[in-house]
Amino acid sequence: MPKNTTRQRPGSLGRAIVLGAAAFTLFYAILIHGHNVAVLNPKGWVAQQQLNMNIFGSALLLAVALPTVALLYFFAWKYRESNTKATHDPQFQANSMFLVVAWGIPILFMSALSVVMWSETHRLVPQQPIASSAKPLTVEVVALRWKWLFIYPEQHIATVNFVEMPVNTPVTFELTADETPMSGFWIPNLGGMLYAMTGHINKLNLMATTPGDYQGSTSEIAGAGFADMKFTTRAASQGDFDYWAANSQQSPEVLNEAEYTRLLKPSEADPPKTYSSYEHGLYANVLMKYSKDMAGMHMSGMEMK
Amino acid sequence: MNWKELILGPRLTWQSLPHEWFTIGGTAFFFAMALVAVVIITRMKRWTWLWKEWLTSVDPKKIGIMYMIVAGFMLLRGGLDAIMIWLQQSLGASNMPGFLGAKHGYLTADHLQQIFTAHGNIMVFFVAMAFIFGLINFIVPLQIGARDLAFPFLNTLGFWLYIAGVIMVNMFFALGGEYAATGWLAVAPLQGKMFSPGVGVDYWIWSLQISGVGTTLAAINFIVTIIKMRAPGMTIWKMPLFTWGSLCSMLMAVTVFPLLTATLFLSFFDRYLGTHFFTITGGGDPMLYTSLIWMWGHPEVYILVLPAFGVFGEVVSTFSRKPIASYATAVLGMIGVSSLALSVWLHHFFTMGAGADVNAWFGLMSMVIAIPTALLMYAWIATLYKGKIRFTTPMLWFLGFVFTFTIGGLSGVMLGIPPVDFQLHNSLYLVAHFHSNVVGGVLFGIFAGVTFWFPKFAGFRLNERIGKNAFWFWIVGFCLSFIPMYILGLMGTTRRLDTYSASTGWQPLYITMLIGGLVIMVGVVLQLAQILASVIERKRLVDATGDPWNGRSVEWATASPPPDYNFTMTPVVTTRDAFWQMKQEGIKAPEYEDIQVVKNTAAGFWISVFAFTAGFGFVWEITWVWVASLVAIIVSIMVRSFTENTEYTLKASEVRAREEERLKVAPKAPSAEEADPANDMGVWDLVKWLVAFGLDFVRRKQWRKL
Repeated sequence: MPKNTTRQRPGSLGRAIVLGAAAFTLFYAILIHGHNVAVLNPKGWVAQQQLNMNIFGSALLLAVALPTVALLYFFAWKYRESNTKATHDPQFQANSMFLVVAWGIPILFMSALSVVMWSETHRLVPQQPIASSAKPLTVEVVALRWKWLFIYPEQHIATVNFVEMPVNTPVTFELTADETPMSGFWIPNLGGMLYAMTGHINKLNLMATTPGDYQGSTSEIAGAGFADMKFTTRAASQGDFDYWAANSQQSPEVLNEAEYTRLLKPSEADPPKTYSSYEHGLYANVLMKYSKDMAGMHMSGMEMK
Repeated sequence: MNWKELILGPRLTWQSLPHEWFTIGGTAFFFAMALVAVVIITRMKRWTWLWKEWLTSVDPKKIGIMYMIVAGFMLLRGGLDAIMIWLQQSLGASNMPGFLGAKHGYLTADHLQQIFTAHGNIMVFFVAMAFIFGLINFIVPLQIGARDLAFPFLNTLGFWLYIAGVIMVNMFFALGGEYAATGWLAVAPLQGKMFSPGVGVDYWIWSLQISGVGTTLAAINFIVTIIKMRAPGMTIWKMPLFTWGSLCSMLMAVTVFPLLTATLFLSFFDRYLGTHFFTITGGGDPMLYTSLIWMWGHPEVYILVLPAFGVFGEVVSTFSRKPIASYATAVLGMIGVSSLALSVWLHHFFTMGAGADVNAWFGLMSMVIAIPTALLMYAWIATLYKGKIRFTTPMLWFLGFVFTFTIGGLSGVMLGIPPVDFQLHNSLYLVAHFHSNVVGGVLFGIFAGVTFWFPKFAGFRLNERIGKNAFWFWIVGFCLSFIPMYILGLMGTTRRLDTYSASTGWQPLYITMLIGGLVIMVGVVLQLAQILASVIERKRLVDATGDPWNGRSVEWATASPPPDYNFTMTPVVTTRDAFWQMKQEGIKAPEYEDIQVVKNTAAGFWISVFAFTAGFGFVWEITWVWVASLVAIIVSIMVRSFTENTEYTLKASEVRAREEERLKVAPKAPSAEEADPANDMGVWDLVKWLVAFGLDFVRRKQWRKL
C-alpha cells in the first residue's frame, strides 16, 4: 500500500504551528477574561514586589531561552535530510567558540538572575515587618480542621474564616495550628504564603494597598475538608476597619472553652463567624500544648482514633 | 487477645473486603484480567515456558522487557487516574450537583485524594522508574559491549521487588478499600496515625519501601556493571551518552534511595510502634519529615530525567548522522546535574519559614543547576548543526521534548526564586511545572527510547506513521492540559482541590484540562495501535541487519533481538562512536569463544514473595505473618548464597552452531523500497485490516480453534 502522505511538507506544518499557538493564546485569553488572575493582579505591597521579581525573572529567562530554542528548531529545519542545499559535515566538532557560548550564556544569565534573587530574597523576607508610618496590626491565626481562626489581641475579638484589615497598614499574621496538619496560609492578591504548624509561630507580614475582598485558602493537603478551608480577606479603610472592630465587639458569640473545643472538631465549609471576646491566653495555650518541655502533660487526651 | 486477633491481626475484618463501587469494580477488573491471562496461558500450554524462559530469567534483556510491559500497563492505570481527577475537578465547582455521595462532582474529597496519591506513586515509581530500568537493563549492557550484568541475580531480585511493590500499590482494591489520601510523597503529620488511622498510608509505605529497596539494589548493580564490565578499549570517556546518563542517575539513586528507606521506616515506626519522629505530639517534628523526603524527592526527578537526556543524546546524534558535537560538554552537563542534585532540595519548602540566608542559598543552587542543563541543550544544537537530519518518530519526541521541557525548566527556575515561590508554592503552577518536566522530559524520553530501540527488543521496528500521529495527539493534548494548569496557578488555584467556588471562573480551564487529557488518551490509544500495526506488519518491518537506523554505538553491532549472551564476539572499542567506526573500517568475521552463562534462578522471585507477605503483615499488623516472612527472607538469602553452581560454560563450538542456526532461519531483509516508512500502515489501514480479520475469523469459524 504505497502512501505519499508522510512526505514532509514543512511550510504548511510551520504555518499550522503558528496558527495553533495563536489559537491557543486567544482561547486561553477568552477563558480567563473577567476573572481574578490573582498572582498577576496584586492588591498588596508584598504581592506587587513578588510579582515584580516574577516578571523580571521570567523576562530574563525567556530572553535567553527563546533564541536558544528557536536556534535549535531552525537548525533541525535547515539541516533536514531533504534540504540538498545545506552543507553536511559528518565530522563537525564544536570549537572553542562554541564552548565559550555554551558555558558563557547560561552562566551570565544565571548570575544576573542570582544577584537579583539574592538581594530580593533578603529584602522580601516574609517574617520581616513591613516598613510603614502606620501603626502595624497583629492578627494571631490558628489553622484548625478545616477552618481558620483569627484572633485580634488589640481589638479583643476573634473571627472564623473571615479577616478584616485596614489598607496601607502592615499586618503581621502570627500563624500556628492546633490538632491540624501543616496548612499553607495564602492570600494570593496580597502576597504569598507561609506554613501554619503546631508548636510554631510563623510570622507572615502583608499589607493591602487597595480595598476589596480577597480570597484566602490553604495550599497544603490536610485531610478530607481542606478544599473548603477558605476565608475572605476584607481590606478596608481605617475608618471602616475601626467601625467593623467596634461592631464585632458587640457580637453575641463568645469564644469560650466549650466553643473552642467545638472548633477543634473537624468540620467543613464553616461560614464566617465573629466572636466579641475570647478565652484569655487562648493563643499561648495553643502553642504551649506542643511545647517539647510539656510533652506528655497536655498530650494524654490527644491521641485520637 | 483472642484467637481471631492472633491469626488475623487487629485490623482485618469483613469490612476490609470490597464494598464500594470503585473497590468492587477495581477488584473485579483485576481478577478478570488475571483470569483471562491464566486461561490463555493454560490453553497455549505456556506455563513452563513462561516460568523457565521469563519469570526465572536472569537475562537483563528479558527483565528489561518485563519491566517495560508492566510499566506500560501501569501507565494505563495511572492515566485512568489522571482522567478521573480531571473529570472530578471539571465537575467540582460549587454550583454543580454531586453524585455517589460527593458534595460536587462524582468523587468524595477523600476518594479524590486517594486517587491523586495513587496517580503520583504509580506514575513516578511504577511507570517512569520502571521504564527507565527497562531501558537501562536492555540497552546499557549492549552499549558497553558486556555479556551480562555484574550481579545477574541481584537484578532479578530488584525486578521482583518492583513487582511486589506494584501488587502492593493496587491491593487496596481487594483488601482494605483505601489508599493513602496524603499526596504522592505524603506530608507529616498528615501521614501519621493521628490523622490517617486506616491502612491506606501503610499500603503507601510498603509499596514504596519494597520497590525502593529493589531500586537501591538495581542501582548498585548498574554502577558496578558500567564501571567494571565495559568492552576492551571503552574508556570512561568513550561511553555512549545513554550509558553516561544511566551512570549519573544510578549514582544518585544509590545515594538517596537509602534516605527514602530510612524515612519510610521512621514513618512506619511512628504508625506501628507509636514512636514520635514526625508526630506533632510527644516531641516529634513534622518538618524533619518534609526535609528528609525532599532530600530524596528532588534528586529522584533527576534520577528519572538523566537517562532520558541520554536517550535524546543517542537519538539526536544518530538521526543527525553525526557524533555528539561536544561530547565533553554533554557529559559534564550530566555530571553537573547529578552532583548538584543533592543541594537544592530545600526549595521544596521555602514556605516553611527558614531565614533569608538559607532560602537564598538554596535558591542560588537552583539557579546554578540550570547551567549544566543548558549545556546539554547547547550540545544538542551543535549536533544538529551541519547534520543530515531524518525526522523519525524518536526525533519528533525529541523536538517535542525541547518545547515542553523548556517550559518546565523555566518555570522550575522561577519556583527556585524564594519571593516568587512564596506566591506559587503548592499552586497548580507548581503541578504544571513538574508535569512539564516529568511528562515532557521523562516520558517523552522514554517514548523516544522505546521507539528507537524497539527493533533491538523485538527484531522489527515500530510503525512510523501511526507513531507520528500519536506524537501530535500527545503534544496538542499536552498544550491543552498543562498550559491551563499554569494559568490556574497564577489565578491562585491550589493543588488537589475536589471543589472550588463557581465564582472563581476556574471551571472552564479545568474542563480544558480534561479535554487535553482525553486528547492525550487518543495519543495513547494510537500508541497501542502503533504496536498492533507493527506486529501485523512485522515481516515487512523486520530488522534483519541488527542496525536499522545506521547506528553509532555497539548495541547495533549485534543481532536484533540479540542472543542471550548479547555478542558472539566481544566488540573491541577504539573510538567514541565505536560501531560507526567499525562500519567505516569493515566488520570482521566473528571469532567464536567460550562464554560464561548465568543459570536462571527463582530465588529473586521467592524472596520477593516473602517481602510482599512481610509488607502485608506490617500493613495489617499481623505479627506472625511478618515474623514468618522475615525469617523466610533470611533463609532464602542464605540458601541462595550457598548455591555454588550458578553458571555454566557455553563452548565456542556451541556458540558457532547457534549462530549458524540463527543465520539459517534469520528473516530476509525486505527491499529498501518495501521497508520505506512511507509504506507503513496508517490508522485507517489498520482499521480495515482488523475488520477484514474479524470477518474472516467469523466466516471460517476460527473460534473453534481456541
